[in-house]
Amino acid sequence: MQRTPLHPLHLEHGAKLVPFAGYEMPLNYSDGILAEHLHTREFAGLFDVSHMGQIDIRAETAAAAAATTEIALALESLIPADLLSLPAGRQKYALLTNAQGGIIDDAMLQNLGERFVLVVNAACKQQDFDHLRRHLGGATRASFPLVMALSDDRALLALQGPAAAAVLAELGHDLDDMKFMAVREMEIAGAACVVARSGYTGEDGFELAMQSADAERVARALLSHPPVKLAGLGARDSLRLEAGLCLYGNDITADTTPAEAGLNWAVSKARRAGGERAGGFPGDHIVLAQTPPNAAPVERLRVGLLPGGRAPVRAGAPLLDADSNAVGEVTSGGFAPSLGCPLSMGYVQPQHADVGAELHAKVRNKRLPVTVTALPFVASNFYR
Amino acid sequence: MTIKYTEDHEWVREKGDLHVVGITDYAQEQLGEIVYVELPAVGGAVTQGAEAAVVESVKAAGEVKSPLSGTVAEVNDKLEDSPELVNQDPEGKGWLYKIRAENPQQLDALLDADAYRELVRPLA
Repeated sequence: MQRTPLHPLHLEHGAKLVPFAGYEMPLNYSDGILAEHLHTREFAGLFDVSHMGQIDIRAETAAAAAATTEIALALESLIPADLLSLPAGRQKYALLTNAQGGIIDDAMLQNLGERFVLVVNAACKQQDFDHLRRHLGGATRASFPLVMALSDDRALLALQGPAAAAVLAELGHDLDDMKFMAVREMEIAGAACVVARSGYTGEDGFELAMQSADAERVARALLSHPPVKLAGLGARDSLRLEAGLCLYGNDITADTTPAEAGLNWAVSKARRAGGERAGGFPGDHIVLAQTPPNAAPVERLRVGLLPGGRAPVRAGAPLLDADSNAVGEVTSGGFAPSLGCPLSMGYVQPQHADVGAELHAKVRNKRLPVTVTALPFVASNFYR
Repeated sequence: MTIKYTEDHEWVREKGDLHVVGITDYAQEQLGEIVYVELPAVGGAVTQGAEAAVVESVKAAGEVKSPLSGTVAEVNDKLEDSPELVNQDPEGKGWLYKIRAENPQQLDALLDADAYRELVRPLA
């Protein structure tokens, strides 16, 4: 079991540690999941997400401007997004697809000028790195070799919530001009950080990457500001569920296409049928057939689900229509601390996917009513 | 007042001609903040060692196995609106249900307070 550089800090704050993707991670601290969740929505939560992978991608030659274009084009052969128009200092949500159009991971791709960084899910990081090396290493579409590295000496912290920007301002960084999905390199508490204005909670906030050796110092500097409290994976999960965001492995998998997952927006117009650089990524024929302007039927769609009672309806619960036919399955579910009720997400056959559709979930052999609901459940509060 | 415990972290206490059932402090601590409790139907039968109730926290669902067989005589209705009582007072106001025991001698095989303390000590 691996540990992140913040392990001592976790113990100091009474963390309940659980195994997650090969790491010993904090599920919650002494305040508990509900308090950490609500604190993040009102002030700011600090999450250790150092288990996630950071893949550094750069060109072997030093010709910076040309390199950026070459790296972007190479990555476009694996990611259905318009990366050529991603300017330096911005990041983009990126799907990695397989030959069947399934999603093998979802990630953030950052353009840092002379290099790109792909921030990937912990459980997928080695597989993603192998995938990149297999397709982009050696002889590739790029006219010069790419140098890729999966960092084992980097940490990642997420500072999330409406007070996040004020805290960074107190640390000397007025980021009023830094919009949602902007990326900037800056020094925080004497450490070189790559800071992105993004997160996984639906709130305004930042994700800060730094050398592992600096992580505890940066975390303590952030925690010295009263609005900031540590929050664990439990709150991270309930926050992202309320925000309608997918958890890789639950809500999207190698068997889910972007159209089924409601992630067509991650397939850029330039890469769709009729676009300037249409297709050219794994599974493109399947993905493009299902994505506008095309409209090939899909077997299922991701929807929000609001249980009628108070019982949480969790992942794996079958979804039934009025005649008790199986029409789908819950992929994430739990209790929503900000709403004070249970909520879920899942896949249903398209004829049952309209907002307002009444279904039942089978939980412990009982049929519980659920209503198809628009996502997100809690409105996002991004700094646009 | 005799209180007995199961290895699955339930407690059972004699009260008049009934037996009160709940989950232990250790169990509520492990589950975390409880947001929903599913109780058995009054008048229904429960079987020793079989699932009789479900206690759900923000993170997970935990099944409650009945420490005794019998008929459910009463359930703690307060838990419907205040499931957090199980966290706050697991062996008091957070009780789950009362049973009319079929065979109170089933109690003999359960753990006494000292034995239960010994069981959870290495887990804490």
